[in-house]
Amino acid sequence: MSKFHVSTTVNGDTVEYLCDPRETLLDCLRDKLNLTGAKEGCGTGDCGACSVTVDGRLVCSCLMLGVEADGKQIETVEGIAEGDVLHPLQKKFIEHAALQCGICTPGILVAAKSLLEKNPNPTEEETRYWLAGNLCRCTGYDKIIRAVMETAEELREAS
Amino acid sequence: MDYHSPASFAEASALAANATGITRFLAGGTDVLVQLRSELVTPDTLIDIKKIDGVRDINCNANGSWTLGVAATGAEMSEHPDLGRDWPGVVEAMDLIGSTQVQGRATLTGNLCNGSPAADSVPAMVAAGVTVTVTGPDGDREVAVEDIPIGPGKTSLVQGELISAVHIPARGDNGGDAYLRFIPRTEMDIAVVGVGVNLRLDGDTVTEARVSLGAVAPTVLLVEDCAKSIIGSTLDDAALDTLAAAASAACNPIDDKRGTIAFRTEVAGVLAKRAAKIAYARAKGEQA
Repeated sequence: MSKFHVSTTVNGDTVEYLCDPRETLLDCLRDKLNLTGAKEGCGTGDCGACSVTVDGRLVCSCLMLGVEADGKQIETVEGIAEGDVLHPLQKKFIEHAALQCGICTPGILVAAKSLLEKNPNPTEEETRYWLAGNLCRCTGYDKIIRAVMETAEELREAS
Repeated sequence: MDYHSPASFAEASALAANATGITRFLAGGTDVLVQLRSELVTPDTLIDIKKIDGVRDINCNANGSWTLGVAATGAEMSEHPDLGRDWPGVVEAMDLIGSTQVQGRATLTGNLCNGSPAADSVPAMVAAGVTVTVTGPDGDREVAVEDIPIGPGKTSLVQGELISAVHIPARGDNGGDAYLRFIPRTEMDIAVVGVGVNLRLDGDTVTEARVSLGAVAPTVLLVEDCAKSIIGSTLDDAALDTLAAAASAACNPIDDKRGTIAFRTEVAGVLAKRAAKIAYARAKGEQA
């Protein structure tokens, strides 16, 4: 079976890989580019642990093929911090202990960042609906929602 | 699995016509990839139609009708400044499907061609009178949405055919549409019953109506008896009761873990009334 040559941009860097057409973007990120932040929880688009943005649009990387990424702009959790400086969302998640096992956290950070870019002033209800596709079996969500709401407030005050 | 990304629908159709084994078209992939990953369906040929020009477009035509590309996503429909003003029922039905992440990829055409009787966007499209262009080896034909599904997971498309555009009629004056579904949760679930209603008024009287039911039969249904029960009425209580009875009478559902036959039959009537009231209010220009 012939492999496809894919040239794409991940967190601002141009990258290339060869992939089988059956491999998902998640497989390619983790196994070819060693970007293991995005996690495979369900592999069927239900849990959101593999969330990334593609051309600014939040998607499950398990529900997209690696070949489809050709020419796209991909952002993953690895691109959220700037060097050693954590993003305000990351700081707030630590402050609130908004994670326990941490498997869902990369997807939730990517999804929450995407929300705040589109809507800097979301209501709690909007935040909960936006994150409804990101499952967390540890926290009960309360700390996650508080962390996102407080980050939103902080970013609004800073801007 | 062979992967193709043709530059035109004619090329996509030719690829499919000449393919052997299982062929799938890839737009948003929210069903195709789930089936692939769970090894339910492993296509021999996968044809990605997203490299075709215009497949992401959402255009309002000069006569007020709408043409949507087959890869326009739910998120793009919801964010469109005008589409939801004309057809709130269609846009809301699409928006009910899955999570934010799924909305970033899922399409009306994918929802239709997946062939699920519980597809949320399909009753809304049927009620709205949406048609699709089907491109095949012999050229293009226009098909009503209700004529695409023929059973769970099955469509009337034959080998070499694919949907190449979605056409939503002009909204016109004094019209409104709505879609409601029942799920046991608040979000992220599959319809136990879905009802789409689209109607037009002359003053307070309903002059045109289309009512569609989802998840209560092997395919989404267009129910003429429901439409007849409210045409000519002012959507008074008697008309609403007749509508509910007609909706329940049209049901031919299954018992499963998400709902019993009796429950689905009852709820179809209840939702038909509620959706009709919302469509009526919208037709009168009220917020609903």
